[in-house]
Amino acid sequence: MANLAAVVGIGQTKYMTKRTDVSIAGLVREAAFKALQDAELTWDDIDAVIIGKAPDMFEGVIMPEVYLTDALGCNGKPMLRVHTAGSVGGSTALVAASHVQSGTFKRVLTVAFEKQSESNAMWALSNSQPFSTHLNAGAGGYFAPIIREYMRRSNAPYDVGIKVAVKDRLHGARNPLAHLQKPDITMKEVEESFMLWDPIRFLESCPSSDGACAMVIANEELADKASKPPAWIRGSAMRSEPTMYAGRNLVNPQAGRDCAADVYQQAGITDPRKDLDCAEVYVPFSWYEPMWLENLGFAPEGEGWKLTMEGATSLDEGGDIPWNCSGGVLSSNPIGASGMIRFAEAARQVRGDAGAHQVEGAKLALGHAYGGGAQFFSMWVVGSEKS
Amino acid sequence: MRDIAIVAYQQSDSVAKAGAVNEVELIMPVLARTFKQAGLNSAQDVDFVCSGSCDYLQGAAFAFVSGVDALGAVPPIKESHVEMDAAWALYESILKIRMGHADSALIYGFGKSSPGELPIVLSQQLDPYYLAPLWVDSVSLAALQARLMLDQGMITERDMAEVVSRSRRNAMNNPHAQLSGDISPEDILAEETYLSPLRKSDCSPISDGASAMIIATVEQAKAWGLPYAVVSGIDHCIETHNLGMRDLTDSVSTRMAANHAGMNTGKVDVAELYAPFSHQEIILTRALGLDKETVVNPSGGVLAGNLMMASGLSRVGEVFNRIVKGEAQRGIAHATSGPCLQHNLVTVLEKGENA
Repeated sequence: MANLAAVVGIGQTKYMTKRTDVSIAGLVREAAFKALQDAELTWDDIDAVIIGKAPDMFEGVIMPEVYLTDALGCNGKPMLRVHTAGSVGGSTALVAASHVQSGTFKRVLTVAFEKQSESNAMWALSNSQPFSTHLNAGAGGYFAPIIREYMRRSNAPYDVGIKVAVKDRLHGARNPLAHLQKPDITMKEVEESFMLWDPIRFLESCPSSDGACAMVIANEELADKASKPPAWIRGSAMRSEPTMYAGRNLVNPQAGRDCAADVYQQAGITDPRKDLDCAEVYVPFSWYEPMWLENLGFAPEGEGWKLTMEGATSLDEGGDIPWNCSGGVLSSNPIGASGMIRFAEAARQVRGDAGAHQVEGAKLALGHAYGGGAQFFSMWVVGSEKS
Repeated sequence: MRDIAIVAYQQSDSVAKAGAVNEVELIMPVLARTFKQAGLNSAQDVDFVCSGSCDYLQGAAFAFVSGVDALGAVPPIKESHVEMDAAWALYESILKIRMGHADSALIYGFGKSSPGELPIVLSQQLDPYYLAPLWVDSVSLAALQARLMLDQGMITERDMAEVVSRSRRNAMNNPHAQLSGDISPEDILAEETYLSPLRKSDCSPISDGASAMIIATVEQAKAWGLPYAVVSGIDHCIETHNLGMRDLTDSVSTRMAANHAGMNTGKVDVAELYAPFSHQEIILTRALGLDKETVVNPSGGVLAGNLMMASGLSRVGEVFNRIVKGEAQRGIAHATSGPCLQHNLVTVLEKGENA
């Protein structure tokens, strides 16, 4: 029922620890400008701007869309700011798409960013809440016990996470934009890196990055005329569940399963491992690859780790369902942008524009993001064909 | 495009200090009344939920996450959030319905401004390199704007006092108002100035509270058998952040949004304008070209109570209330964000069947 829409331009900054050479405005403008260049368009061709980022405390700027209006060429246009925790990059892409899929706009620009070097994300995630228990744990401290529970339930070997950490960094070494460039990384190096939040080692964690990602999304008429191949949006879905409730399955959250079922149904996918050519999935800590392989239906419950260990998700091992060919969140993590990078990298694959991390002949790809206490999910499926 | 109806709207009392209630306790009673008005049980009975809130009011990241705890999101729901006034959550929800991914939606906004110093907090939404370090607060910026208008002879202090007086008197009929009373312009003018030329009464109060709304396709509203108002248009526009580049005595983006939303295709019986300062109501009224045919801010507007992150949605709700009560056939609601009316949204509402 939704109108057809497609990604016609993608722009990303080089991800790194500190972009001291640009302001926040300069950072988002760089990604936006690259997306316009990719689409062979100018600022005047954009009808609305949809911006997303994680909590404002990460930079200390309240409602930054107010300040970023000028940098994003938005004067006299609608501008919307999305915030759905870690899933925000994905949700922002979906909200941007809805501007076009609803028939309200012809062509919009969407941008997600984080400039973590401006503040301290660990602090921003750990300050005490006025009316609830102070965890002071950051994201890793929250997810570590959930990972331990996955290891207990699945009886997975201890080195699955280590393998994911190596695999995604080898993927990242193919992507010049990736923050971590570790082409020589070994299992031993990961295993010997220090323990941050048991069982999560330093090299099993995502880095802290500055960066921005932007996309131009256009309606069918304009996407048909685009000079480069469009990535058609074949399905989109979001789901949320509370942080805590009796009987909540934190290892394999219902919201993730429901969201995947919804987006697969829209895209006509019955067997994701077979039907999809690749996936960009939000894996900030290595063990989340096997966990999400199960949550997203690529493997039966308790068996996701087998795909990882068989090399099914590895480009270098010729796997049948490569995950995170760009290097994923484990190689670059500008938090608020990380979800949009997944969505954009899925689109790059089906546009045949992923350079050295291209999956040959990719026609259908999944973009995935999650956030909060693994409770907010957003996903899209993009394809090289309209249907 | 699918026609969209508003079927329910509720708000909490606007209070100076909600005390020790947390976000969930602030939201839940309002949601309960909203569901009751629509004949629904919970968020499970709508297709989409979207909210507006601001972390910096709570003083901690993820204010909206605790909001989700008020929803009963088990099984999981389709839900999103804007770090903006909930009027923009309404906008996102309308797109979701137009694209066919939902037939109904719950929208809510909430804010507890009392624990912090709101004008100072809002200074941190300015350009972080050049303006925020100066800690120019939102009231001081509005005072500069009012001074510009006074110096150019566009308004008098009495004009501003008349806006406040009318707000206080109108608010006497608004059970949720924080400030109301039979106060004359002379009474206002007798007050000392606060940040010259503004008097305290020229500024909206610091308020705590929440509001919520349910919208649906017109078909769904009819199936529910509820009186409704139709959203015949909605649009928003932002202007430059550089205050020196804007004509602060006008609101170009409000006028653009109103034109795009189709305000001028018919008579406007009622207008609810989000004017946190008295002189801004005059700017908006003039920018929109509203005349004596239009009743402006019959609720008292936000000078009678300003629920940060919900006031914009409340303006829509107030117009909805008047249309379903038969007091108006057609009206507009305005919402704003940013310093000195930088970003503005206009919604046009019309009488539906059964209303």
